[in-house]
Amino acid sequence: MSGMVEKRGQGYWLTHVTLITGVLIIFFPIYLAFVASTVTQPEIVKPPMPLLPGDHFLENYREALVSGINAPVWRMLLNSTLMALGIALGKIIISLLSAFAIVYFRFPAKQFFFWLIFLTLMLPVEVRIVPTYEVVANFGMLNSYSGLILPLIASATATFLFRQFFLTVPDELAEAARVDGAKSMRFFIDILLPMSRTNIAALFVILFIYGWNQYLWPLLVTTDPQMNTIVMGIKQMFPSGDDIANWPVIMATAMLAMLPPITVVLFMQKLFIKGLIETEK
Amino acid sequence: MAGITLDSVRKSFGKNEVIHGIDIDIRDGEFIVIVGPSGCGKSTLLRMVAGLETVTSGDITIGDRRVNDLEPMDRDIAMVFQNYALYPHMSVFQNMAYGLKIAGTPKVEIERRVADTAKLLQLEDFLERRPRQLSGGQRQRVAMGRAIVRQPSVFLFDEPLSNLDAKLRVQMRLEIKALQQKLGVTSLYVTHDQVEAMTLAERMIVMNDGVAEQIGEPRDVYAKPATNFVAGFIGSPPMNFFGPSALKGYTGDSGGTLGVRPEHLTLCDETRGRLSGVAKYTEVLGAETLVHLVMNNGESLTIRQDGDSPAPDPGDNCFADFESSNLNVFDSQGRRVT
Repeated sequence: MSGMVEKRGQGYWLTHVTLITGVLIIFFPIYLAFVASTVTQPEIVKPPMPLLPGDHFLENYREALVSGINAPVWRMLLNSTLMALGIALGKIIISLLSAFAIVYFRFPAKQFFFWLIFLTLMLPVEVRIVPTYEVVANFGMLNSYSGLILPLIASATATFLFRQFFLTVPDELAEAARVDGAKSMRFFIDILLPMSRTNIAALFVILFIYGWNQYLWPLLVTTDPQMNTIVMGIKQMFPSGDDIANWPVIMATAMLAMLPPITVVLFMQKLFIKGLIETEK
Repeated sequence: MAGITLDSVRKSFGKNEVIHGIDIDIRDGEFIVIVGPSGCGKSTLLRMVAGLETVTSGDITIGDRRVNDLEPMDRDIAMVFQNYALYPHMSVFQNMAYGLKIAGTPKVEIERRVADTAKLLQLEDFLERRPRQLSGGQRQRVAMGRAIVRQPSVFLFDEPLSNLDAKLRVQMRLEIKALQQKLGVTSLYVTHDQVEAMTLAERMIVMNDGVAEQIGEPRDVYAKPATNFVAGFIGSPPMNFFGPSALKGYTGDSGGTLGVRPEHLTLCDETRGRLSGVAKYTEVLGAETLVHLVMNNGESLTIRQDGDSPAPDPGDNCFADFESSNLNVFDSQGRRVT
């Protein structure tokens, strides 16, 4: 960016050394996991642990992807992706619409409904998990994508965020659209939606990772290994009792489990930064 | 092309009535300015004509249609907002074309009309830009362009120049005037700036507290203000007001208020001066000088004189006089007597 003045002094080097050290410390366990996913089982359990990648990369990853331990990893990745996408997109659509209703329409008990939505912020999944399970089970949604997605799809946080954003949009814009002849949904689609796209992108990243990281809920509603999500699947791979853990395959699975969130962050980062530069209102 | 008629139009928010019945007949092609202090209801009145506020009672007619219950888009109006209200994510072209697009105008027609309007407003080079890449004056032009492309029968302006700096405001004022004369579209223009009102209006409505204090041509409103509110609001510096006792030799009713405009006062010697006071300070504006006096009864008096006339020093005893035809007399309710 032009106009940005960089001062290169002691501080410049100091910040870089600190940042690089921090990155190394955080990255080291991930590196170890990668190393563990490229060697054989005997090599891992024999101390000292290997610090350089071995030559079983393809073999371990193929085993993980195709056969896995309980279910093939490709299947669990697919399940996780569908769930995370479903949760993220569903949450965004629902909260956009409810925020639109709360900000732009006058209806009876509007404040009451807003606070009702707001109240659910205080009730995380864990608190309402037993009744939610009951409802999902009665609908016959156990071991299904709808059972994985629907109970997590409403988001007070996202509704609140969009509400706050819509409140900053000048009223005159809505009035101008009205004079131009746009009906409410047209205004929503033509004007509000494009204006919220940076917020949507930011929320998508956060919500996708939220959905991807779900552990407790998938553990409860899926009993069929074919419906397992990857995050809980990794845990399921740990042996119970005296079985020997197949660490290289588990580690390969862990590495694979990280890829989609990383891809999302990397891809959306561009949109993010673009959105931050284009502050337009 | 259409005239507008307001027939005892009232507006209440809850129990609180903010507009107490406005009547006016606006001719086709006329430029009407609604002027008044903030909170007088002028913007509300405009928004009622636009259809953005409901009408509590009374009738609004545009052309020969009663429009009380019509949506803004069906009233054949276009509005220019104070903060421009341009769609930030659309280019200038898209901003101007949006209304036409919704109305289902053919694409070729849209392109032709936008191109014509852009040419009229010298916006041709900016059609692909986003609003944030434009200066204040250009954004203002786009907002006007958006109104013009729709070829409405009425333009509504809601303080369109108040976000511009002083110099640009004068320039845009002239442009708006020229445009309106060229297009001949009936216009309703709201402002709190009395200079804008005086320069733009064919007729002006001076509003105060939800009441139209006076409706008339700028020259008449200035020369013969109907109430002392109008007299004080229109004209800068405002008219001087004083009690009848301050004027030597005045024999009229002693209950009302007298008023003389600063430019009608001249400093003179003690024998001729019917008003007297102590000079407080002088403001030198170049072409003219404002002399501020404090009269014996504590009321202040401003005299506007040529820049090269001699001005008194602060503390001097001064005397002033005026042509008797320039005296404004208001009764105790503030209404004009003569």
